[in-house]
Amino acid sequence: MTKIAMNVNGKAVSREVPDNTLLVEYIREHLRLTGTHVGCDTSQCGACVVHVDGKAMKSCTMLAAAAEGATVTTVEGLAASKDELHPMQIAFKDNHGLQCGFCTPGMIMSATDMVERYQAEGKELTEEAIRHELEGNICRCTGYHNIVKSIQDGASKMTNA
Amino acid sequence: MYTTKYHKASDAANAASLLSGAQDGKILAGGQTLVPTMKQRLAAPSDLVDISGIDALRGITVTARKKLGVLKAKDGATITIGAATTHAEVAGNADLAKACPVICGLAGEIGDPAVRHRGTIGGSVANNDPAADYPAALMALGATITTNQRSISADDFFTGLFATALNDGEIITEISFQAPAEGGYGKFPSPASRYAMVGVFAAKSIDGDVRVAVTGAGDDGVFRHAGLEAALASNWSADAVSGVDVSADGLMSDIHGNAAYRANLIGVMAKKAVSA
Ligand SMILES: Cc1cc2nc3c(=O)[nH]c(=O)nc-3n(C[C@H](O)[C@H](O)[C@H](O)COP(=O)(O)OP(=O)(O)OC[C@H]3O[C@@H](n4cnc5c(N)ncnc54)[C@H](O)[C@@H]3O)c2cc1C
Ligand code: FES
Ligand code: FES
Repeated sequence: MTKIAMNVNGKAVSREVPDNTLLVEYIREHLRLTGTHVGCDTSQCGACVVHVDGKAMKSCTMLAAAAEGATVTTVEGLAASKDELHPMQIAFKDNHGLQCGFCTPGMIMSATDMVERYQAEGKELTEEAIRHELEGNICRCTGYHNIVKSIQDGASKMTNA
Repeated sequence: MYTTKYHKASDAANAASLLSGAQDGKILAGGQTLVPTMKQRLAAPSDLVDISGIDALRGITVTARKKLGVLKAKDGATITIGAATTHAEVAGNADLAKACPVICGLAGEIGDPAVRHRGTIGGSVANNDPAADYPAALMALGATITTNQRSISADDFFTGLFATALNDGEIITEISFQAPAEGGYGKFPSPASRYAMVGVFAAKSIDGDVRVAVTGAGDDGVFRHAGLEAALASNWSADAVSGVDVSADGLMSDIHGNAAYRANLIGVMAKKAVSA
C-alpha cells in the first residue's frame, strides 16, 4: 500500500492504495468518479481516456502510482461548473453523437485533447484528421459519423467559447 | 494483476540499483506494453522501477553537420533521442522534422494519440515486438543503442522475437543515429491493432549506403533485406523494387495473412517507402 496524491478535477485528493492499482481503478473505485469507463482489457477501446497533465491517456494502461503529483481531468471535471456542460458535451448532445453512451466519456476526452493540440499547433482539424485521431476510441453503436460531426461542431464551439 | 512494488527512480543509476535490489524487477517506462501484459497476468514482476520521470532520459538533440545556415535533411545531422522520450514528443519535434522527417512520421503513426502520449522509444526498442515500428527504423538507420553499461549497434541489438542483446538489469539510456540523405517508411497497419502487418524502412546514408529493414513479417523478428538493399543502392526508386524477388521463406503466417501475402506486401511497402 502506498499513499497516492494527485489533483483530480481541481481538487487535491489522496488515497492509500495497493501499488498495482490502475489509474482507472483509483478514479472509479477509490474516488467514485464513475464517468470514466472500462470497455476492454487490451488498451484499445479508449473508454477510459482522461487527461493527465493536459494530455489524453488511457487510464486503464497506467498505474495510479505513475500519476502521483499529476493533474488529472476526467469527464466530470471538464465543464466550468456543475450546472453547465462543456462545449464539446453540448456538441455531442446537439449532433446525436451517442447512442448507448458507453464510449462517450472517452470520446469527449479524446476530442477535447485533439482540438486543443491542433489549436496549439495552428493546424486545421479536418474531418479526415478527426477520423485518424479517433484511432484509439472504439464505438460499437454509432458508426462514428455523428461522433465526427459532433467533434467538428465542438471544435468550433470551443474556438468561439 | 498480481501484486507488485512500485518505485520511482530519480536517475538511471538509481534505477539500476533499485533493479539489482529487487527479486524480479522490471523497468517501467510508458507502460503501454508492460501494463497490458501485467493485466493479463503474462508478466508478474516483483518490483517496477519507473523511469518515465527521469528528465535526463528525455529529450531530443539534433546536431547539424554543417554549422551554418538552416537545418536541412540533405546536410546530415547527428540525432540523439533519450530512452524515455515519448512517441508524441518524437512526432512533434520541430528540429527532428527538418533533419529527419521520416522518424517523426513513423512515431506519429504508432498506435493512437493516447498511446503516443505515454509510450517511449526505449520501451519499444527494449520490447522488440516483431510488429513494432522503431526496430525497423533503428536497423535501417544503423542506429546505436546506448545503455548504462555500453553501446550496441542496432544490427547486434535485435536478436529475435521479443529478444534483445540487453543483459538483466541493463537500462537503455539513449538512441542515436545519423540523419539519412533519403529515408522512407512504408507501413501497412493491422486494422485492429495498428501494429505493422508489414513495415519497410529504407534509408540511404549521406555516404550513399543503403539499408532496408523489415518489421511485422519475419518469423524471427525484424530483419534486413539484402535484395532490396542491393537494388536500391544502384537505383533509389520504386522501379528498382519491382525487379526484386521477395521470398516468402522465413516469413510469418498467422490469422492476418500468410507468408506469401506478407512477401508481396514487403515489395508494396518498400515502393511506398522510397516514393515518400
Ligand atoms: C493500443 C496500442 C497500440 C500500439 N500500436 C503500436 C504500433 O502501431 N507500433 C508500435 O511499434 N508499437 C505500438 N504499441 C506499443 C507502444 O509503442 C509501446 O509504447 C512500446 O512498445 C513500449 O514502450 P513503453 O514506454 O510503453 O514501455 P513499457 O511498456 O513501460 O515497457 C516495455 C518493456 O521494455 C522495458 N523497458 C522500457 N524502457 C526500458 C529502458 N529504457 N531500458 C530497458 N528496458 C526498458 C520494460 O521493462 C518492459 O519489459 C501499441 C500499444 C498499444 C497499447
Ligand atoms: S478500457 Fe482503456 S482502452 Fe479500453
Ligand atoms: S454510443 Fe454506444 S459505444 Fe459508442
